[in-house]
Amino acid sequence: MKRILGVALIVAFSTLLAACPKKPTTVPNAGAGQVVAPSTGATTGSSSADASQVRPLASDSAASSGSEGVLASTIRFEYDSSEIKPEYAPVIAAQGKRLAGDRRAAVRLEGHTDERGSAEYNVALGERRAQAVKKALLLQGATESQLSTVSYGEERPVADGHDEAAWAQNRRVEIIVLASH
Amino acid sequence: MAELRRFSSLLPLLLLGLLLAVPAHAQLTVQITQGVTTPIPVAVVPFAGDGLPVDVAAVVEADLARSGRFAGLARAGMPQRPSTAAQLDLAQWRLVRMDFLVLGRVLKAADRYSVEVELYNVVTGVRLLSYSVTAGANGLRLAAHRTADLVYEKILGVPGAFASRIAYVLVEGPLASRRWKLVVADADGENPVVVVNSPQPLMSPSWAPDGTRLAYVSFEGHASAVWVQNLVTGSREKVSARAGINGAPAWSPDGQRLALALSQPDGNVDVFVMELSSRSLLRITDDPSIDTEPCFAPDGRSLYFTSDRAGRPQIYRIVLAAGEKPKRITFEGNYNARPRVSPDGSTLAVVTQDQGAYRIATVDVASGSSKVVTSGRLDEGPSFAPNGQTVVYAAREHGRGVLATAAVDSGVTSRISAASGDVREPAWSPRL
Repeated sequence: MKRILGVALIVAFSTLLAACPKKPTTVPNAGAGQVVAPSTGATTGSSSADASQVRPLASDSAASSGSEGVLASTIRFEYDSSEIKPEYAPVIAAQGKRLAGDRRAAVRLEGHTDERGSAEYNVALGERRAQAVKKALLLQGATESQLSTVSYGEERPVADGHDEAAWAQNRRVEIIVLASH
Repeated sequence: MAELRRFSSLLPLLLLGLLLAVPAHAQLTVQITQGVTTPIPVAVVPFAGDGLPVDVAAVVEADLARSGRFAGLARAGMPQRPSTAAQLDLAQWRLVRMDFLVLGRVLKAADRYSVEVELYNVVTGVRLLSYSVTAGANGLRLAAHRTADLVYEKILGVPGAFASRIAYVLVEGPLASRRWKLVVADADGENPVVVVNSPQPLMSPSWAPDGTRLAYVSFEGHASAVWVQNLVTGSREKVSARAGINGAPAWSPDGQRLALALSQPDGNVDVFVMELSSRSLLRITDDPSIDTEPCFAPDGRSLYFTSDRAGRPQIYRIVLAAGEKPKRITFEGNYNARPRVSPDGSTLAVVTQDQGAYRIATVDVASGSSKVVTSGRLDEGPSFAPNGQTVVYAAREHGRGVLATAAVDSGVTSRISAASGDVREPAWSPRL
């Protein structure tokens, strides 16, 4: 789309405020709505501007809870893809074998995306990646009760940059080993 | 884009000059106008009144300028400082080529203020507006925004939307110890209040139509849940915490229902509608693709949502009662997501992929034609002002998200200077 960029303006009202001397003024007695000069179509009247104050969350309950767990492996994905690349087959096989061999073991599969695109679509994409890893682990003998998923979308990157190198690091599923129960 | 680059190289110098002169709390609005519509020249003369906590005229002028429809006059260039009709000499204002002039005064009685404003057509000399807005000390900025609303409506014939709020998510701190804050601020970014503060992600704030409650997503405890928080009382309720995704809450126009994206029961994300009184769920879509980001049409009878059922994310509409298949709305470009509908229902604001960048586009619902209205690299999260004239969105500048607005018709964009941190997903409230 072609755009013609015209005038570039910087408006800084307060700057000029500082430069102007404060002028003493007498407050006139003209009431609102009082017609001073004849005018047609003028809007006159009054209203009040009272809105309720915004109050923050009363309890301090937005604290972290739930098992933290330990990061065991990271599986990375191509852009807008949830296909597990062949290079991760050994990781999946090892985790699947461990889960199949110890029914008390459990993992949380945390799906992530890069920062591009809309936030909730990215949550869905991250979930799709977590589900892909879940299916792969089920095929290796893990059971449903050992596997939980969560998608953080683009909210929890591991690389801070805004280029392909950072994005490739951030498109991932983290396999988090939970304490045995 | 050559013009933009030239401007960008000048920008740091211009900004530096301003920063040296401006007190830290001052509002700074950088505007890039794109030559589509010429801004209307309007002078806002400083209002009379001693010892006021708010410079009412500065707030009014900043509001008008941010809309992209008006250009103010610097105070140093004002030929006189009238605060009443008797003091006004219109001939002097014609010489400085103003079309309109706003003057006024702030009277204090006990602990309440009365903002008296008059608007003049400088060319004809006709007074278009004579109005007073009363407010307590905490309401003086709101009274100024109401005043700007009146001036905007009188000149353009469309109600203003300055007396409103914006909710957004602010992400702060290094990667290892991030904090997510849900913030509610005035529409010009002032008076920010942190309403939720969490060590886990917060997402997708959505205003109830009465403007007193916010729905949002929180990942407390390593799982997503949708909460509804009352901004008047500070209390909240968890309304959905199923396994997998609980996301993308959007209120119905009557405030009785919440559209959601859920991945239960099959692990695949679909759109549902929850009756808030009973918490009962109605499945709206059932497709192996991603269906998310629902948004009610203003009549409450259909939903817009994002789906990749055709391979790439596009916008669809589904009529709630009919049992018909969803109808695809967007066909231009290979990425269109996160629809928000204008108050009159005619237009969607979406995130679109444009020349390798993610930008905000408006889509005409009837024809499907779209227009890109921003020029950033990673613009996201558009939300319409209650008058439908402007969208607020998060633009990425120097690696962090900042609040920005874009005029829907002209594409004039403005930045709202926010505090430190990374701003995400702004949501514009109904009128206050």
